[in-house]
Amino acid sequence: MTKQARMAKLKPQRSFMAKLVVRIPYLWLAAFFLVPFLIVLKISLSQTAIAQPPYTPVFDFAAGWHGLASFIAGLSLDNYAFLGSDPLYFLSYVKSVEIAALSTLMLLIIGYPIAYAMTRTPRRVQAVLVLWVILPFWTSFLIRIYAWMNILQHDGPLNQLLLALDLVREPPVWLSTNTAVYIGIVYSYLPFMVLPLYATLEKLDESLLEAAADLGCPRWKTFWLVTLPLSAPGVIAGALLCFIPAVGEFVIPDLLGGSRTAMIGQTIWTEFFANKDWPTASAVAVVLVCLLVTPIVVFQHQTMRGVAND
Amino acid sequence: MQAAGSSGGLAKRDFAPWADRNSQPLLRLAGVSKRFGAFTAVDDLSLDIYQGEFFALLGPSGCGKTTLLRLIAGFEQASAGRILLDGVDLAPVPPHRRPVNMMFQNYALFPHLSVAGNVAFGLKQERLPKAQIAERVADMLALVRLDNLGRRKPHELSGGQRQRVALARSLVKRPLVLLLDEPMAALDKKLRGETQFELMDLQRRLGLTFIIVTHDQSEAMTVADRIAVMDCGRLMQVAPPAEIYERPSSRWVADFIGSVNSFEGRVGDDGTCIDGTALGRLRVAAKIDAAPGAKVWVAVRPEKLRITRGAPLPDPRSARENGAAATLVDIAYLGDLSIYRLRTDSGLLLQATIANTGRLGDGAIGWNDKVWLSFPPEAAIVLTK
Repeated sequence: MTKQARMAKLKPQRSFMAKLVVRIPYLWLAAFFLVPFLIVLKISLSQTAIAQPPYTPVFDFAAGWHGLASFIAGLSLDNYAFLGSDPLYFLSYVKSVEIAALSTLMLLIIGYPIAYAMTRTPRRVQAVLVLWVILPFWTSFLIRIYAWMNILQHDGPLNQLLLALDLVREPPVWLSTNTAVYIGIVYSYLPFMVLPLYATLEKLDESLLEAAADLGCPRWKTFWLVTLPLSAPGVIAGALLCFIPAVGEFVIPDLLGGSRTAMIGQTIWTEFFANKDWPTASAVAVVLVCLLVTPIVVFQHQTMRGVAND
Repeated sequence: MQAAGSSGGLAKRDFAPWADRNSQPLLRLAGVSKRFGAFTAVDDLSLDIYQGEFFALLGPSGCGKTTLLRLIAGFEQASAGRILLDGVDLAPVPPHRRPVNMMFQNYALFPHLSVAGNVAFGLKQERLPKAQIAERVADMLALVRLDNLGRRKPHELSGGQRQRVALARSLVKRPLVLLLDEPMAALDKKLRGETQFELMDLQRRLGLTFIIVTHDQSEAMTVADRIAVMDCGRLMQVAPPAEIYERPSSRWVADFIGSVNSFEGRVGDDGTCIDGTALGRLRVAAKIDAAPGAKVWVAVRPEKLRITRGAPLPDPRSARENGAAATLVDIAYLGDLSIYRLRTDSGLLLQATIANTGRLGDGAIGWNDKVWLSFPPEAAIVLTK
């Protein structure tokens, strides 16, 4: 066989493999994001029924074309109209966004100095510090939240400390308050804020800071004029990594927050499991996804711009 | 030839304040040392640099030249000694208050600011009125021929354009001293040549003091009024380029700048010749500043060696000359000139460069030809260390 013939035989196979490698992430997304989302979308257009599954219509393969027509006719937007009619849902969304946004802000204020300080230490120490930041992941998330329940309870370590230091007369109530939810979210999400910030700050060219000083800029001003603008990609990445999951957070508000802290995750849970109203729960979830797509698109845009700049 | 010792003698232009006892230096380094732990980067170095001078720090990598620049800029604090600018001790002055600016080797342009934003950065720190800043930025961009690129971001520019932005940014504040750290290292050879002349022109027109750090000797010789040759944190020689080349102060400098053939020998009884070299007795032009019998070296630049077929005619001029029989072992043809490697009958390997003024093959000397190499006494550089 000539070399050309061998090459010709090899070529299509290789390009098929190359295509497959590129498509694996897409296949993954299709199988584990798109298909489940379409199922949820379909359920959100259905009506509740006392049946198995607890909604109708259900697509009947045996009925053929006629079945498909009646299936489509059975779908409606009633659940979305219902979401609009009951202020409970709207308030729940607002509450979730408010808690997530405020938590993200607090995470930035706490996380930025941590990440910045990490980059100022010698290289060997930096590796250890990164390990420390991700150390909490070595313990189950649920256990850590239960630990916070213990810390925050009426006669828990926090109140004992406050009393011992004479900072309070009466032990304050922490559990079942918004404050506890904020503490829980800020504590749990801190690594997701610190790591992207650290990654961008660590890449910051030291000579840019020297150039700023050389041009007459004092250190504190250099931070605002050079360091902060150049760490914007890290700020955005960290903020989105915290904000997006925080909006849909269920465990933290459920365990640390009170009944008044009804975040959207809890609302969905109640609809699914307490009310057995899958269609309404699905509609709530679909609206949440649509709400979160906006910041994700912003993030994507920012990342693409970053790639173009490199 | 002018008398050796007047160091202004081989100045490039009519500018030699270092030769004038009455002139005051703009920048004075007095016994400056910088140590990093056990490593001494700059070792008890003293140096005067004058207003309007284009000064080059030249040396192999790791010789301390960049550290010296960073000491002047204020990014490093001297372990010992004083740095005086216009008579003022710079030690307590932080980098952002020093009236010097630096052009960084990697340019250190702010990637988030436009070209104009980069150039304006320094002026904004002075809180000048907006209109004045805009005017000075425009003037400076025109000076470096970037007038219409003010809105571009650094990543949208070519390497040569980025270099000019860095230059504009460091010049716009009109520093007393401009420090340039390997400013042309990232440019290709042709562009580097053009930029060197532009830089000289700019420096003369603005009348500023430039200190350039480079490891490229031809660059230093092109641009500088004076060159400081550095090694291991010490100054080996400070002099105009021609003097460094023609009258190096030591074997190290002679060897570092250009190529050189050197012969070891001992000073003859009359003090004008050197005995016992690989070429026998060598005559030199001036009386040697060493006792008879002292060990010295004779250095001869390759372009000062003459190659002829056979021994020269016995005329009075050539009788004075130093010479030896040799065999040609290698020729490197470089176009404008050729490098000849010769082996003397005593076994010493020498190098000669000869400009190819004639066309190739015009009675050219070939491999393994027997030749006579010679050089006049004036071409011999006597080195005592």
